[in-house]
Amino acid sequence: MENFTPWTSLFGGALLGLSATLLMLFSGKIAGISGIIGGLLSRKKQDNGWRALFLLGMIISVLIVTPFGFEIPDNNTQSLVVIAIAGLLVGFGTRLGNGCTSGHGIIGMGRFSKRSIIATIVFMASAALVVFIRNQFGVL
Amino acid sequence: MKKMNIIQLLISLIAGLLFGAGMIISGMVNPQKVIGFLDITGNWDPSLAFVMMGALCVFTPGYHLIIKKRSNAVNGEKLPQPNTKKVDSTLISGAIIFGIGWGLSGVCPGPAVASIGGGSSMILVFVLSMLIGMFYAKQYLQGKLPVPFIGYRKNDCTI
Repeated sequence: MENFTPWTSLFGGALLGLSATLLMLFSGKIAGISGIIGGLLSRKKQDNGWRALFLLGMIISVLIVTPFGFEIPDNNTQSLVVIAIAGLLVGFGTRLGNGCTSGHGIIGMGRFSKRSIIATIVFMASAALVVFIRNQFGVL
Repeated sequence: MKKMNIIQLLISLIAGLLFGAGMIISGMVNPQKVIGFLDITGNWDPSLAFVMMGALCVFTPGYHLIIKKRSNAVNGEKLPQPNTKKVDSTLISGAIIFGIGWGLSGVCPGPAVASIGGGSSMILVFVLSMLIGMFYAKQYLQGKLPVPFIGYRKNDCTI
Protein backbone atom coordinates (compact mmCIF):
# COMPACT_ATOMS: atom_id res chain seq x y z
CA MET A 1 0.00 0.00 0.00
CA GLU A 2 3.06 2.28 -0.06
CA ASN A 3 2.00 3.79 -3.38
CA PHE A 4 -1.47 4.73 -2.14
CA THR A 5 -2.45 8.29 -3.19
CA PRO A 6 -6.03 8.77 -1.95
CA TRP A 7 -6.23 12.58 -2.17
CA THR A 8 -4.79 13.23 -5.62
CA SER A 9 -6.75 10.23 -6.93
CA LEU A 10 -9.99 11.52 -5.41
CA PHE A 11 -9.35 15.04 -6.76
CA GLY A 12 -8.36 13.81 -10.23
CA GLY A 13 -11.47 11.63 -10.24
CA ALA A 14 -13.63 14.64 -9.30
CA LEU A 15 -12.22 16.49 -12.35
CA LEU A 16 -13.27 13.55 -14.57
CA GLY A 17 -16.77 13.73 -13.08
CA LEU A 18 -16.91 17.51 -13.54
CA SER A 19 -15.82 17.16 -17.17
CA ALA A 20 -18.47 14.52 -17.88
CA THR A 21 -21.17 16.64 -16.18
CA LEU A 22 -20.28 19.83 -18.09
CA LEU A 23 -20.08 18.07 -21.46
CA MET A 24 -23.48 16.45 -21.06
CA LEU A 25 -25.19 19.47 -19.46
CA PHE A 26 -23.99 22.02 -22.01
CA SER A 27 -23.86 20.01 -25.22
CA GLY A 28 -25.65 16.71 -24.62
CA LYS A 29 -22.58 14.58 -25.31
CA ILE A 30 -21.10 11.59 -23.51
CA ALA A 31 -17.50 11.85 -22.28
CA GLY A 32 -16.70 8.25 -23.19
CA ILE A 33 -13.22 8.19 -24.68
CA SER A 34 -13.53 4.98 -26.70
CA GLY A 35 -16.86 6.24 -28.04
CA ILE A 36 -15.37 9.62 -29.01
CA ILE A 37 -12.42 8.03 -30.84
CA GLY A 38 -14.74 5.44 -32.43
CA GLY A 39 -17.00 8.26 -33.67
CA LEU A 40 -14.03 10.01 -35.28
CA LEU A 41 -13.10 6.79 -37.08
CA SER A 42 -16.58 6.35 -38.50
CA ARG A 43 -17.32 7.53 -42.00
CA LYS A 44 -20.00 10.04 -40.99
CA LYS A 45 -18.26 13.38 -40.91
CA GLN A 46 -20.89 15.45 -39.11
CA ASP A 47 -20.44 15.98 -35.39
CA ASN A 48 -16.70 15.41 -35.50
CA GLY A 49 -15.63 18.94 -34.45
CA TRP A 50 -16.51 18.51 -30.80
CA ARG A 51 -14.83 15.11 -30.70
CA ALA A 52 -11.59 16.48 -32.14
CA LEU A 53 -11.59 19.43 -29.71
CA PHE A 54 -12.26 17.17 -26.71
CA LEU A 55 -9.32 14.94 -27.66
CA LEU A 56 -7.13 17.99 -28.34
CA GLY A 57 -7.98 19.31 -24.86
CA MET A 58 -7.01 15.97 -23.36
CA ILE A 59 -3.69 15.86 -25.21
CA ILE A 60 -2.63 19.41 -24.27
CA SER A 61 -3.90 19.18 -20.66
CA VAL A 62 -0.40 18.08 -19.63
CA LEU A 63 0.69 21.71 -20.13
CA ILE A 64 -1.75 22.86 -17.42
CA VAL A 65 -0.78 20.29 -14.80
CA THR A 66 3.01 20.36 -15.28
CA PRO A 67 3.44 23.66 -13.35
CA PHE A 68 1.74 21.96 -10.37
CA GLY A 69 4.31 19.18 -10.33
CA PHE A 70 2.29 16.47 -12.07
CA GLU A 71 3.78 14.59 -14.97
CA ILE A 72 3.19 11.67 -17.30
CA PRO A 73 5.36 8.82 -16.05
CA ASP A 74 7.41 6.84 -18.56
CA ASN A 75 7.92 3.68 -16.55
CA ASN A 76 6.80 0.99 -18.94
CA THR A 77 8.31 -2.40 -18.15
CA GLN A 78 6.45 -4.40 -20.80
CA SER A 79 7.68 -5.38 -24.22
CA LEU A 80 6.20 -3.38 -27.07
CA VAL A 81 4.77 -6.62 -28.50
CA VAL A 82 2.65 -7.08 -25.38
CA ILE A 83 1.63 -3.41 -25.56
CA ALA A 84 0.62 -3.76 -29.23
CA ILE A 85 -1.49 -6.85 -28.51
CA ALA A 86 -3.04 -5.10 -25.50
CA GLY A 87 -3.87 -2.06 -27.65
CA LEU A 88 -5.61 -4.24 -30.23
CA LEU A 89 -7.66 -5.96 -27.52
CA VAL A 90 -8.56 -2.65 -25.83
CA GLY A 91 -9.62 -1.08 -29.13
CA PHE A 92 -11.63 -4.09 -30.25
CA GLY A 93 -13.18 -4.80 -26.85
CA THR A 94 -14.23 -1.24 -26.06
CA ARG A 95 -16.06 -0.84 -29.37
CA LEU A 96 -17.70 -4.24 -29.06
CA GLY A 97 -18.72 -3.53 -25.47
CA ASN A 98 -19.73 0.07 -26.29
CA GLY A 99 -17.54 1.72 -23.72
CA CYS A 100 -14.51 1.76 -21.50
CA THR A 101 -13.65 2.88 -17.98
CA SER A 102 -15.04 6.36 -18.69
CA GLY A 103 -18.22 5.63 -20.66
CA HIS A 104 -19.35 2.65 -18.60
CA GLY A 105 -17.39 3.24 -15.39
CA ILE A 106 -18.32 6.89 -14.88
CA ILE A 107 -21.26 7.96 -17.06
CA GLY A 108 -23.09 4.63 -17.25
CA MET A 109 -22.54 3.80 -13.59
CA GLY A 110 -23.57 7.34 -12.60
CA ARG A 111 -26.80 6.94 -14.60
CA PHE A 112 -27.40 3.56 -12.87
CA SER A 113 -27.41 1.76 -16.24
CA LYS A 114 -27.61 -1.99 -15.78
CA ARG A 115 -25.53 -2.57 -18.95
CA SER A 116 -22.75 -0.31 -17.70
CA ILE A 117 -22.69 -1.72 -14.17
CA ILE A 118 -22.39 -5.26 -15.56
CA ALA A 119 -19.80 -4.24 -18.17
CA THR A 120 -17.68 -2.49 -15.51
CA ILE A 121 -17.76 -5.53 -13.20
CA VAL A 122 -16.85 -7.82 -16.13
CA PHE A 123 -13.90 -5.79 -17.46
CA MET A 124 -12.51 -5.19 -13.97
CA ALA A 125 -12.75 -8.90 -13.15
CA SER A 126 -11.23 -9.85 -16.50
CA ALA A 127 -8.32 -7.40 -16.03
CA ALA A 128 -7.72 -8.48 -12.42
CA LEU A 129 -7.66 -12.12 -13.53
CA VAL A 130 -5.01 -11.36 -16.18
CA VAL A 131 -2.83 -9.58 -13.59
CA PHE A 132 -3.34 -12.49 -11.17
CA ILE A 133 -2.36 -15.11 -13.75
CA ARG A 134 0.72 -13.14 -14.84
CA ASN A 135 1.88 -12.63 -11.26
CA GLN A 136 1.17 -16.15 -10.06
CA PHE A 137 2.41 -18.14 -13.01
CA GLY A 138 4.66 -15.70 -14.82
CA VAL A 139 2.92 -16.43 -18.12
CA LEU A 140 1.13 -14.24 -20.74
CA MET B 1 -21.66 29.24 -37.22
CA LYS B 2 -24.69 28.81 -35.00
CA LYS B 3 -24.48 29.77 -31.35
CA MET B 4 -25.20 26.22 -30.21
CA ASN B 5 -22.25 24.94 -32.18
CA ILE B 6 -19.89 27.47 -30.63
CA ILE B 7 -21.05 26.49 -27.12
CA GLN B 8 -20.54 22.85 -28.03
CA LEU B 9 -17.02 23.31 -29.39
CA LEU B 10 -15.91 25.55 -26.52
CA ILE B 11 -17.31 23.26 -23.83
CA SER B 12 -15.73 20.25 -25.56
CA LEU B 13 -12.28 21.83 -25.37
CA ILE B 14 -12.77 22.78 -21.69
CA ALA B 15 -14.16 19.33 -20.84
CA GLY B 16 -11.23 17.71 -22.67
CA LEU B 17 -8.72 19.79 -20.70
CA LEU B 18 -10.43 18.86 -17.43
CA PHE B 19 -10.62 15.20 -18.42
CA GLY B 20 -6.97 15.00 -19.39
CA ALA B 21 -5.89 16.85 -16.24
CA GLY B 22 -8.04 14.48 -14.17
CA MET B 23 -6.38 11.47 -15.79
CA ILE B 24 -2.88 12.79 -15.05
CA ILE B 25 -3.55 14.09 -11.50
CA SER B 26 -5.41 10.94 -10.44
CA GLY B 27 -2.54 8.65 -11.47
CA MET B 28 -4.55 6.82 -14.16
CA VAL B 29 -1.76 7.65 -16.66
CA ASN B 30 0.63 5.48 -14.62
CA PRO B 31 0.30 1.89 -15.95
CA GLN B 32 2.21 0.50 -12.94
CA LYS B 33 -0.34 2.11 -10.64
CA VAL B 34 -3.26 0.70 -12.64
CA ILE B 35 -1.75 -2.78 -12.48
CA GLY B 36 -1.17 -2.23 -8.74
CA PHE B 37 -4.91 -1.59 -8.42
CA LEU B 38 -5.80 -4.69 -10.42
CA ASP B 39 -3.40 -6.80 -8.34
CA ILE B 40 -5.93 -7.48 -5.60
CA THR B 41 -4.17 -10.47 -4.08
CA GLY B 42 -0.71 -8.87 -4.21
CA ASN B 43 0.61 -5.48 -3.08
CA TRP B 44 -2.79 -3.83 -3.65
CA ASP B 45 -2.94 -0.08 -4.33
CA PRO B 46 -6.59 1.01 -3.86
CA SER B 47 -5.98 4.52 -5.31
CA LEU B 48 -7.95 3.92 -8.49
CA ALA B 49 -11.07 3.05 -6.53
CA PHE B 50 -10.79 6.63 -5.24
CA VAL B 51 -10.62 7.92 -8.82
CA MET B 52 -13.91 6.25 -9.63
CA MET B 53 -15.40 7.36 -6.32
CA GLY B 54 -14.34 10.98 -6.96
CA ALA B 55 -15.80 10.90 -10.47
CA LEU B 56 -19.09 9.34 -9.37
CA CYS B 57 -19.42 11.73 -6.40
CA VAL B 58 -19.56 14.60 -8.92
CA PHE B 59 -21.27 13.06 -11.96
CA THR B 60 -24.03 11.08 -10.19
CA PRO B 61 -25.63 14.07 -8.39
CA GLY B 62 -24.88 16.29 -11.41
CA TYR B 63 -26.80 13.90 -13.64
CA HIS B 64 -29.74 13.07 -11.38
CA LEU B 65 -30.26 16.53 -9.84
CA ILE B 66 -29.52 18.78 -12.80
CA ILE B 67 -29.18 17.09 -16.20
CA LYS B 68 -32.02 14.55 -15.89
CA LYS B 69 -34.54 17.28 -14.98
CA ARG B 70 -33.89 19.21 -18.18
CA SER B 71 -35.59 18.47 -21.47
CA ASN B 72 -32.53 19.51 -23.50
CA ALA B 73 -28.86 20.35 -23.05
CA VAL B 74 -28.00 24.07 -22.63
CA ASN B 75 -27.15 24.40 -26.35
CA GLY B 76 -30.55 22.94 -27.27
CA GLU B 77 -29.27 19.53 -28.28
CA LYS B 78 -31.14 16.42 -27.13
CA LEU B 79 -29.80 14.68 -24.05
CA PRO B 80 -28.33 11.27 -24.85
CA GLN B 81 -30.59 8.33 -24.07
CA PRO B 82 -29.37 4.74 -24.02
CA ASN B 83 -30.96 3.05 -27.06
CA THR B 84 -30.83 -0.40 -25.54
CA LYS B 85 -31.04 -1.81 -22.04
CA LYS B 86 -30.33 -5.36 -23.05
CA VAL B 87 -27.31 -7.07 -21.54
CA ASP B 88 -26.22 -9.23 -24.48
CA SER B 89 -23.27 -11.40 -25.40
CA THR B 90 -21.73 -8.57 -27.48
CA LEU B 91 -21.50 -6.37 -24.39
CA ILE B 92 -20.09 -9.15 -22.23
CA SER B 93 -17.56 -10.43 -24.77
CA GLY B 94 -16.44 -6.84 -25.47
CA ALA B 95 -15.94 -6.19 -21.76
CA ILE B 96 -13.95 -9.42 -21.35
CA ILE B 97 -11.70 -8.62 -24.34
CA PHE B 98 -11.17 -5.03 -23.16
CA GLY B 99 -10.35 -6.31 -19.64
CA ILE B 100 -7.66 -8.66 -20.98
CA GLY B 101 -5.96 -5.81 -22.85
CA TRP B 102 -6.29 -3.48 -19.87
CA GLY B 103 -4.82 -6.08 -17.50
CA LEU B 104 -1.90 -6.79 -19.86
CA SER B 105 -0.88 -3.15 -20.31
CA GLY B 106 -2.42 -1.16 -17.46
CA VAL B 107 -3.62 1.29 -20.12
CA CYS B 108 -7.20 2.10 -21.16
CA PRO B 109 -8.37 4.62 -23.79
CA GLY B 110 -8.67 7.73 -21.55
CA PRO B 111 -5.19 7.56 -20.00
CA ALA B 112 -3.74 6.59 -23.40
CA VAL B 113 -5.02 9.81 -25.01
CA ALA B 114 -4.00 11.92 -21.98
CA SER B 115 -0.47 10.45 -22.22
CA ILE B 116 0.12 11.21 -25.90
CA GLY B 117 1.75 14.52 -24.88
CA GLY B 118 4.40 12.57 -22.95
CA GLY B 119 5.51 11.12 -26.28
CA SER B 120 6.68 7.72 -25.02
CA SER B 121 7.05 5.02 -27.67
CA MET B 122 4.88 2.73 -25.52
CA ILE B 123 1.89 5.08 -25.74
CA LEU B 124 2.32 5.62 -29.47
CA VAL B 125 2.38 1.85 -30.08
CA PHE B 126 -0.64 1.42 -27.81
CA VAL B 127 -2.71 4.17 -29.45
CA LEU B 128 -1.94 2.98 -32.99
CA SER B 129 -2.85 -0.63 -32.23
CA MET B 130 -5.96 0.55 -30.34
CA LEU B 131 -7.10 2.43 -33.46
CA ILE B 132 -6.58 -0.73 -35.53
CA GLY B 133 -8.57 -2.74 -32.96
CA MET B 134 -11.41 -0.21 -33.15
CA PHE B 135 -11.40 -0.39 -36.93
CA TYR B 136 -11.72 -4.18 -36.85
CA ALA B 137 -14.48 -3.96 -34.23
CA LYS B 138 -16.43 -1.73 -36.59
CA GLN B 139 -15.97 -4.21 -39.43
CA TYR B 140 -17.11 -6.97 -37.13
CA LEU B 141 -20.19 -5.09 -35.95
CA GLN B 142 -21.12 -4.47 -39.58
CA GLY B 143 -20.98 -8.19 -40.20
CA LYS B 144 -17.93 -7.99 -42.47
CA LEU B 145 -15.54 -9.92 -40.26
CA PRO B 146 -16.02 -13.23 -38.47
CA VAL B 147 -14.36 -13.54 -35.07
CA PRO B 148 -13.37 -16.90 -33.61
CA PHE B 149 -15.57 -18.01 -30.69
CA ILE B 150 -18.02 -15.12 -30.94
CA GLY B 151 -18.90 -15.50 -34.63
CA TYR B 152 -20.79 -12.86 -36.64
CA ARG B 153 -22.92 -10.26 -34.99
CA LYS B 154 -24.67 -7.11 -36.10
CA ASN B 155 -25.36 -4.89 -33.16
CA ASP B 156 -24.35 -1.25 -33.28
CA CYS B 157 -25.53 0.90 -30.42
CA THR B 158 -24.39 3.50 -27.92
CA ILE B 159 -23.95 3.19 -24.19
